[in-house]
Amino acid sequence: MSLLHIAIVSPLLYSIFIPIFYKNFHRIHTGWFVLPLPVLLLIYFLSFLTNITKQNTVIESMQWIPSLGINFTAKADGLGLLFALLITGIGALVVSYSIYYLAKDKEKLNTFYVYLLLFMGAMLGIVLSDNLVVMYAFWELTSFSSFLLIGFWYERDQSRYGAQKSMLITVFGGLSMLGGIILLYIMTGTFSITEIIHQSPVLFQHDLFVPALICVLLGAFTKSAQFPFYIWLPDAMEAPTPVSAYLHSATMVKAGIYLVARLTPVFGVSSVWFWLVAGVGMITLTWGSVFAIKQTDLKGILAFSTVSQLGMIMSLLGVGSAALHYDALDNNIFTVAVTAAIFHLINHATFKGSLFMVAGIIDHETGTRDIRKLGGLMHFMPITFTISLIGTFSMAGLPPFNGFLSKEMFFTAMVRVTQMDIFNLETVGVLFPIIAWVASIFTFLYSMMLFFKTFTGKHQPEKLEKKPHEAPLGMLIPPVILVSLVIIFGLFPNLLSESLISPAMASILPSLLGAGEEFVVHISFWHGFTIEVFMTLGVILLGIILYKTLPKWIKAYGIMPKKFSLFHLYDRLMEGSQSVSYKVTNKYMTGSIHSYLVYIFAFFILILLLTLYWKEAFRLDSSNVSSIGIYECVLALFVVVSSISILFVKSRMTSIILLGAVGYTVSLYYVLFRAPDLALTQLVIETISVALFLVCFYHLPKFHRYETRMRFKITNALVSVGVGLVVTAIALSAHSQKLFHSISKYYVENTYEEAAGKNMVNVILVDFRGFDTLFEITVLAIASLGIYGMIKLRIYRRKDG
Amino acid sequence: MRQPNNMILETALKLLLFFIVLFSIYIFTAGHYYPGGGFIGGLMTAGAIVLLLITYDIKTVQKILPVDYRIVTAIGLLFSIGTSAGALFFNVPFLTHVFTHVEVPVLGDLALHTATIFDLGVYFVVIGVTMTIILTIGEDE
Amino acid sequence: MEILMAFVIGILFMTATYLMLSKSLLRIIIGTGLLSHGAHLLILTMGGLKRGTVPLLGEHAEHYTDPLPQALILTAIVISFGVTAFFLVLAYRSYQELGTDNVEDMKGSEQND
Repeated sequence: MSLLHIAIVSPLLYSIFIPIFYKNFHRIHTGWFVLPLPVLLLIYFLSFLTNITKQNTVIESMQWIPSLGINFTAKADGLGLLFALLITGIGALVVSYSIYYLAKDKEKLNTFYVYLLLFMGAMLGIVLSDNLVVMYAFWELTSFSSFLLIGFWYERDQSRYGAQKSMLITVFGGLSMLGGIILLYIMTGTFSITEIIHQSPVLFQHDLFVPALICVLLGAFTKSAQFPFYIWLPDAMEAPTPVSAYLHSATMVKAGIYLVARLTPVFGVSSVWFWLVAGVGMITLTWGSVFAIKQTDLKGILAFSTVSQLGMIMSLLGVGSAALHYDALDNNIFTVAVTAAIFHLINHATFKGSLFMVAGIIDHETGTRDIRKLGGLMHFMPITFTISLIGTFSMAGLPPFNGFLSKEMFFTAMVRVTQMDIFNLETVGVLFPIIAWVASIFTFLYSMMLFFKTFTGKHQPEKLEKKPHEAPLGMLIPPVILVSLVIIFGLFPNLLSESLISPAMASILPSLLGAGEEFVVHISFWHGFTIEVFMTLGVILLGIILYKTLPKWIKAYGIMPKKFSLFHLYDRLMEGSQSVSYKVTNKYMTGSIHSYLVYIFAFFILILLLTLYWKEAFRLDSSNVSSIGIYECVLALFVVVSSISILFVKSRMTSIILLGAVGYTVSLYYVLFRAPDLALTQLVIETISVALFLVCFYHLPKFHRYETRMRFKITNALVSVGVGLVVTAIALSAHSQKLFHSISKYYVENTYEEAAGKNMVNVILVDFRGFDTLFEITVLAIASLGIYGMIKLRIYRRKDG
Repeated sequence: MRQPNNMILETALKLLLFFIVLFSIYIFTAGHYYPGGGFIGGLMTAGAIVLLLITYDIKTVQKILPVDYRIVTAIGLLFSIGTSAGALFFNVPFLTHVFTHVEVPVLGDLALHTATIFDLGVYFVVIGVTMTIILTIGEDE
Repeated sequence: MEILMAFVIGILFMTATYLMLSKSLLRIIIGTGLLSHGAHLLILTMGGLKRGTVPLLGEHAEHYTDPLPQALILTAIVISFGVTAFFLVLAYRSYQELGTDNVEDMKGSEQND
């Protein structure tokens, strides 16, 4: 266990202590105890930077299930480290923000921080583990912690609904990803990502390649809220705002992006990958930005904007994968897409994180997030106003903020798609820049809406619950830090290019690099009057016109009937599956023990008969039978007659005596069949059982025969005759052919040597198969306690009244 | 005074009970070499107590044998699990048994098994369980 | 002998099934009792009957009967005793509480859920 391993699991371990802190130091906000951990982790991961810049990866391995090839291999390379820094950095800011957001005497802080730490550890596990199975385990852990965090205010219906929705969708994706991982294992025989990448050149021809690709992408798309799975993200906004900022914009939803980036070396050469990742990304980008306009909730707009931005990063990664088809690095103009993806990933985390925090502040200070009620807040909250100015303008892609740079690079990448000569891009490639441009207009539009509708216009104090005022300082510091990063990255983008972007690109496109080479990334503001500049100008111009005319065309959204929206579809699907499963269950779960037994016996007959038939197992071989004595025949007759007459007797007592008769006859059989232990046990047990039956039956009612209808009787008769026949057939075939030698020889030979006993049966019971006996006496003890409870507890209950 | 339930049974039982119990103990201890063992021994002892119950009533029997049979069950389980888990202290797998031969004056060569302690646990559990069941049902009004 | 036993076992299973399918709780319990007898005999028969002497090393015989089925059955006998006892008390108690031993009358209705 190395330091890196400890760093990954430290949030999980630390979460154990949170309830203790909460209980013993109730006067101090629990968040203060949590805060040091992400800060320490951030410093720890920053110390890797120098190493990573030189493209050294740190790999630490720990055995977990070596027999299955599952080891907890922690690997910190460019991509993993980038994400680890995001997780711990944003994590630290979110924790410090939450200290002011969540009141310490109203909220259940202990559970909140336990969930948050659980998430943090899981997320670090995803991005830093090299083993796919380990990664999958952490992946599902993020789904669970996200579920718990969305449902943090579980007394609200909407929270529970959102939590369930996100859980269902992301876990569905996770399971399909597990399928993809297993398919990859079948193809390569390893779970290690590094080794799978080594084998990737031959993987392409494998039959399972495309199914594995689709399965893995399903996991990535559900997690990263891509079309059509994005519907869980808007409902996830029911979570407390720090959670939305952390999980649902900066980190968890980017796990899908991470997965796509991580597996680009494996799948990237395929055209299916290109079209799926780029295509779905493009659709999501447009869809999200168009529908963000319709939202009235601040967090709703931000949710749709996150969907759209995630789609943008996804499409960039898809386009970037095409760079793998062009060998030479010097003039490979297509790698810019990957550069843009990584750069925008960082930028999005900064500006979207700050915007979510702003939304939280507005909610906190005014009591509403509805933009129809808000307005004119500029004068009440000057600092918040400045923060959101920077945040929204960066999101809209305006200079001099970092969003502008990545938006420009996005345009560059999309324009260059038209120059590709693979996958029919010569003809349809022109669609990429057009869609990108249209989506950008809407992005500009919702950014402006978000900003101006909140802070300018008429102040409507009568619609607000509280009188608005500026937020406390502690709540403002985290978003201020984030927006200052927005400006710093905007003005000095090359701070990132050497240290983070280039190593991360090396992880995504390793095959393009020779030994000792690295990606040269240089980001600059001004490239001259290129097509991108005109695209940006067009976006701004059209965006302003559309914003001015917004009230006229916003009604167009009403044209699409609600019935056809994906949200509605999901609800219908849930209702439908619930009612169908109720109906189906009610059909066969009738509550009648008779029908259950009929199912069981019918399946018993069916399955065994079919097996006998298919395997041609039925044999009748009378050559090897033992002799029949007259004595055994008499006993057989006795058993048969008494058991059949139980069916017809009317008296209770008679049937008990007949059951006893069968039991005693069976014990006589044991005597004949050389089983003295059994004979003794059976005799005593039978005696005690009969006594027990008599004691109980003494209290019980008269023997009613309820069977009245003929059909009922015939069904029963048919089923029981069937069972009898099947068992007879099995007994005959089991006797007639012995496929294996008996394993009892071992017991016969070793009873004296190993256990120093002479009675084999007893030695088997207490020694060779002692576990059986141990469990058996446990079961007996439980049965007796159950009986004791059933009878005695009622007496106590009556005494209590 | 209590009326005897059944004169013949009562008289015979006074004589027989001793032998039944003795025989059940013999059967239990002989289990490793001859037919018998914890199950049969326990059942037989329980049978003897049941016979006692049939002859006398529950209160009398409780006076003669003031035993809580649930505790007997617990002790039995403890014996069995204890012997099984004891193996762990000697760094051998759970449930490993050992045996040794001891020269005892009068009795001669005697084989001692940990398996016997395990079986003793089974013996107690069987007695405890059987008697708990029968007594609880019997005590119910 | 094994063939004869196969039929005896079949009949035991048949009657046990028929009893278990009836509506009276008591008959169901008797059915389970018969079923366990049938199962025990089935295990014993599958191991082969009357091959050699009793499985005691003290007998010094050439062949012993298969001891493994016997050990399994011994466990099964005691377990089925425990289960039968539990069933009986369950039947007894449910009669006291519900006043019937007809399983069809014991069905949970929609309102009770």
